[in-house]
Amino acid sequence: MTTGISTEKRTALYDQHAALGASFTDFGGWQMPLKYGSELAEHRAVRETAGLFDLSHMGEVWVTGPDAGALLDYALVGKLSAIAVGKAKYSLICAEDGGIIDDLIVYRVAEDEYLVVPNAGNAPTVAAEFEARRALFIAAGGGEGVTLRDASAETSLIAVQGPNAQDIVLALVPAGQAEAVTELKYYAAVGVEAAGIPVLLARTGYTGEDGFELFVPNERAAELWAAIRAAGEGRELVPCGLASRDSLRLEAGMPLYGNELSREVTPFEAGLGGVVALKSKEGDFVGRAALQAKKDDGAGTTSGQRLVGLRGLGRRAGRSHYPVLKDGQRVGEVTSGQPSPTLGYPVALAYVAVELSEPGTQLDVDLRGKAEPFEVVALPFYKRQK
Amino acid sequence: MSKVQNGLRYSEEHEWLDVAQSPARVGVSAVAADALGDVVYLDLPEVGTEVTAGATCGEIESTKSVSDLYAPVTGTVVEVNQEAIDNPALVNEDPYGAGWLFTVEVSAEGPLLSAEEYASKNGGEL
Repeated sequence: MTTGISTEKRTALYDQHAALGASFTDFGGWQMPLKYGSELAEHRAVRETAGLFDLSHMGEVWVTGPDAGALLDYALVGKLSAIAVGKAKYSLICAEDGGIIDDLIVYRVAEDEYLVVPNAGNAPTVAAEFEARRALFIAAGGGEGVTLRDASAETSLIAVQGPNAQDIVLALVPAGQAEAVTELKYYAAVGVEAAGIPVLLARTGYTGEDGFELFVPNERAAELWAAIRAAGEGRELVPCGLASRDSLRLEAGMPLYGNELSREVTPFEAGLGGVVALKSKEGDFVGRAALQAKKDDGAGTTSGQRLVGLRGLGRRAGRSHYPVLKDGQRVGEVTSGQPSPTLGYPVALAYVAVELSEPGTQLDVDLRGKAEPFEVVALPFYKRQK
Repeated sequence: MSKVQNGLRYSEEHEWLDVAQSPARVGVSAVAADALGDVVYLDLPEVGTEVTAGATCGEIESTKSVSDLYAPVTGTVVEVNQEAIDNPALVNEDPYGAGWLFTVEVSAEGPLLSAEEYASKNGGEL
């Protein structure tokens, strides 16, 4: 991680992880389970049955009031005021120069109520940026009817991901709410009672599988975790750590802040130009001028780099920061890479020269002094069969 | 806690050496195997190679990282464990048994720790 002071905070579920024999790692200033046993087994469980994750390190910032949507439109690059109530949208917060400060999910929970979920290590920065941007927004004539509340410290987040996730969640909700679960669309959220605990249930995830994320107050997180584990009995629900979360998101071609995304890149290089609402938003937003210039100047390829997927043709995997070569010349750098447990070959995300970013392009990755062949492939590497 | 096997000696770099067998057998400790995560690829020295105590002689690749393999002794490689090359998970499952890496005709030993010394240094369990 590039941000956050390591304070080694513990989530409300730390004791549960310790009792399960987790190995811990510092991530974004939090002490998080890396794995409980074999990370490969945890990865496979999510692809084949179900996995249970503690994501309480993620941030939660509430933006409420009649001007909440307008403030979000100003603070982020997307058009969040256009989200329907009950739906969610992936977005980015960029600096004035267009560099990415964080990627986040925005849920519209009610007409005047949005929940913004930034990454753990970035949550304090994002909360501070929101405060600063609210002041700028009001100074520029924006409405004052908006309240910000950073609830990160008091909110836990538990994810259930995989083919059996829906059955597990259905076992927790009252019969009257079953349809709300089965009808819940991807990138949508609804308030339900899970094991008698009021939660915000979202059909979102970072694994490439169907799955849910449950927002719950810290004081009831352990109770919910136990109830989910009980519902997972007979449904092969496996507690999963961040190691498998990383390999799952990589197979799904999803970027990780600190690896693929940073202040040094704009959404265009990262292949996220579609998230930037230059056309549909009429008003100004932070980063607009720089992003417009980037787009006008060759679809944001002024840096000459673009994020691509690489498939290893040998057995060895590329790793973060390994150089990408073409005819022995350095043309880019790997940002994430490892052997894909599902596909059985090495996969990597890398920034490479734009002219070498077309699928089918043959490149090499410098694996500690040895050039190994890789091929540019379309993302995602893995797509679940629906 | 990771198991440290009695009767073996260990390098600072987490290889174990078993001189009760001849030629001597080399592998990595359970402490190292657990820290690496699931091992997915082994690059072992070829039979007949001269390895030097304390120098790298191969690589161990796990899901998360690549680590150098260091020779705990100087000598000639006699045999490599083809089963472990074909199924690197053996290194995690049975690091002191089926997950051994290679055997070596020892000409000189490097600095090695006893099982007790290695365990106390690395938080392992005898």
